[in-house]
Amino acid sequence: MFHFILRRLASAVPTLFIVVTISFFLMRFAPGGPFNLERPLPPATMENLMKAYHLDQPLWNQYLNYLKNAVTGDFGPSYIYKDNTIAELIGKGLPYSVKLGSFALLFALIGGVLVGTLAALRQNSFFDFLTMSVATTGVTVPNFVVGPVLLLIFSLTFSLLPGGGWGDGSWPFLILPVITLGLPQLAVFARLTRGSMIEALHADHIRTAKAYGLPSRSVVITHAMRGALLPVVSYLAPCAAALLTGSAVVESIFTIPGVGRYFVLGAINRDYTLVMGTVVLVAIFVIVFNLVVDILYGLLDPRVRHD
Amino acid sequence: MTDKNETILSVRGLKVDFTTPDGDVNAVKGIDLDVKAGETLAVVGESGSGKSQTMMGIMGLLAANGKVTGSAEYRGKQLIGLPIKELNKVRGSKITMIFQEPMTSLDPLYTIGRQIAEPIVHHKGLSFKQAKVRVLELLKLVGIPEPERRINSYPHEMSGGQRQRVMIAMALANEPDLLIADEPTTALDVTIQAQILDLLRDLQKRFGMAIVLITHDLGIVKHFAETVVVMRKGEVVERGTVEQIFERPQEDYTKMLLDAVPSGSKAPPAETAPVVLEGRNVSVDFRIGGGFLTSAHTLFRAVDGVTIRLQEGQTIGIVGESGSGKSTLGRALLRLLPSSGHYHFADKNISSFGRSAMRPLRKQLQLVFQDPYGSLSPRQTVGEIITEGLLIHEPQLSRSDRDKRAVAALKEVGLDPAARNRYPHEFSGGQRQRIAIARAIILKPKVVILDEPTSALDRSVQGQVIELLRDLQSKHGLSYIFISHDLAVIKAMSDYVVVMKNGKIVEEGQTEDIFESPHHEYTKTLIGAAFDLD
Repeated sequence: MFHFILRRLASAVPTLFIVVTISFFLMRFAPGGPFNLERPLPPATMENLMKAYHLDQPLWNQYLNYLKNAVTGDFGPSYIYKDNTIAELIGKGLPYSVKLGSFALLFALIGGVLVGTLAALRQNSFFDFLTMSVATTGVTVPNFVVGPVLLLIFSLTFSLLPGGGWGDGSWPFLILPVITLGLPQLAVFARLTRGSMIEALHADHIRTAKAYGLPSRSVVITHAMRGALLPVVSYLAPCAAALLTGSAVVESIFTIPGVGRYFVLGAINRDYTLVMGTVVLVAIFVIVFNLVVDILYGLLDPRVRHD
Repeated sequence: MTDKNETILSVRGLKVDFTTPDGDVNAVKGIDLDVKAGETLAVVGESGSGKSQTMMGIMGLLAANGKVTGSAEYRGKQLIGLPIKELNKVRGSKITMIFQEPMTSLDPLYTIGRQIAEPIVHHKGLSFKQAKVRVLELLKLVGIPEPERRINSYPHEMSGGQRQRVMIAMALANEPDLLIADEPTTALDVTIQAQILDLLRDLQKRFGMAIVLITHDLGIVKHFAETVVVMRKGEVVERGTVEQIFERPQEDYTKMLLDAVPSGSKAPPAETAPVVLEGRNVSVDFRIGGGFLTSAHTLFRAVDGVTIRLQEGQTIGIVGESGSGKSTLGRALLRLLPSSGHYHFADKNISSFGRSAMRPLRKQLQLVFQDPYGSLSPRQTVGEIITEGLLIHEPQLSRSDRDKRAVAALKEVGLDPAARNRYPHEFSGGQRQRIAIARAIILKPKVVILDEPTSALDRSVQGQVIELLRDLQSKHGLSYIFISHDLAVIKAMSDYVVVMKNGKIVEEGQTEDIFESPHHEYTKTLIGAAFDLD
């Protein structure tokens, strides 16, 4: 197991390298630059700025320098937020985003598995149709619609919850953003669980469990659900990435000072280092979650256990 | 011990119906059955006879669209319509079951020890820890070596025979009155079949439970059961003692079943007949494990230095149990997988032929698979399936020419040419296998490799398919390599037999010689296991 984790972490290095390389050059080939403002800067100022940020050097040199610094954890200064390094910006915003994302993930996972299992057990019933229609809606309605509607109902109309901001990070502030961020993922989990649960309930070994008089609770939970969770678990990694990028919209709706807005701002302003920083962040998240998924997989299914 | 004459299970007017989109299906149409304490009752029938569904109905295990009516009393207790909590006191405790598929009947995610313990824990109210002693005892009882170690094994770490032993251990855990065995040996190799049946018989002697044996295999019935019920299309056709059924069958259907063991033999081709396909010193290795940044792979030798010469008009039967390498050898001879060795086809050395060099020859080298359900694309019409090869090998043919060939091929395999506009799921297993054969012969091949073509079929249908294959052979001068684990079928089909074990040929010779006077121990065991039962 320990060796497996080490090996996987080692293989993350080339992955990160490829991600960094591709996004570095893609970003540079996109038209425009960080200092192309609506009112063009005087050529002399521009030249000085380019020199100060080493943007006047050949692209290869810039790339190698970026790599060299990135290895030591230095992702450079932001071109737009001039007083901050990328590490500082992300370090400041990340705790908010991680807290929001973790709760959204838990909400989506627990809710989705619960709803999906109940729907599978009552296949083709009214409950099944209802929840699956709601789930489809959950996937199709974008979060920039869900968020404001929730705000309108719970904050503006009934004044039950705060209308945004982080406050002290307590529950009332979290509920609406967590729901907005997690709802589409909950819908995906529900559909996945329903499908794999229906399949699991038809397995031969479920018939065996019934034939041996095991109570329905243990047939469903012990024997069917564990196998049914495997595809659900595999979705965890894409889900984590979706939550991280999805936070861009949700954090602006609810004015939460997380890292989400940097995804958008960095790209729009051609803030090269900021974009690179967020790309590396997402890549690390996906790699770590894939590792978590593989470990969970091994725990759930002895056939793929890593010795 | 229980009174031998007491009826423990009494079934009256039992019906099982399934609601389907195409209307109701009456799978079991009101049957009566009695099981006496300690006896062995065999319920015999072909697929679709309702033999399994009868037992599933009694045990409350029907699919969601199934419905059971009538009466089934276990020691005076009505099981039909019993609330699930009450039924669960009987299932797994007084009446237990073992199933056909030892691969899938156990939960792959739990150790076998835990799975055997579960019914004990539930019915006896013990903890898993307390149940462990009993589990070890049971594992010993069913002949699992090293029970202390194996108790922690997962099903995928065991062989098919061992898994069926685990199922039997589970079935015995609570000392049942009645064990329902639904095709318990069908998925197992012949030598393993014999071991499992011996084990069941031995355990029945020791514990005195009654056994209901559901099977399509009359060989097993004759040796194993006391009373027999023959079922067909949801009804009981005939019932009686084993002696009555086998010595003096009354009904035509029973007689047909008894005669359905494949018969006939195949004369060898003239000695001067040219060799069409030859593989010399064929070896196939499979890589196990290994991958990017992981430890090195190991090699598993599936076929080990086998030499085979197929003459025109000859049928070579390759016999062996699962894992013997017989199917792999078949694929290697067709150059469908990487292998080493020397290959000749129709006087051409094809040893070094790659994929593109082989392509023009493929027309003459055809393959028919075991599973008539999996080997036909469900989304193509039968016509599209059988003419697909023509598109590649005879692209000059017009649409109407192809259609004519399809009609001819379907007629040859005994199907209505109208079948070409329908889809595979509309056909029975036997008909599908005919479609698969039509797909092979439409190309007018020289060699057809038949990989267990009859194994998924009922005995009565098997006979018809064998007859068809023999007819086609004499008509077109085909050469067959016939791969099977079923010695009765091999005997009826081939004129030369090759016995394989662990990738090697252990014995080969004319069919008659092999069956009359086998030399190798393994051949003797195989033949003993297969024909002792018949």
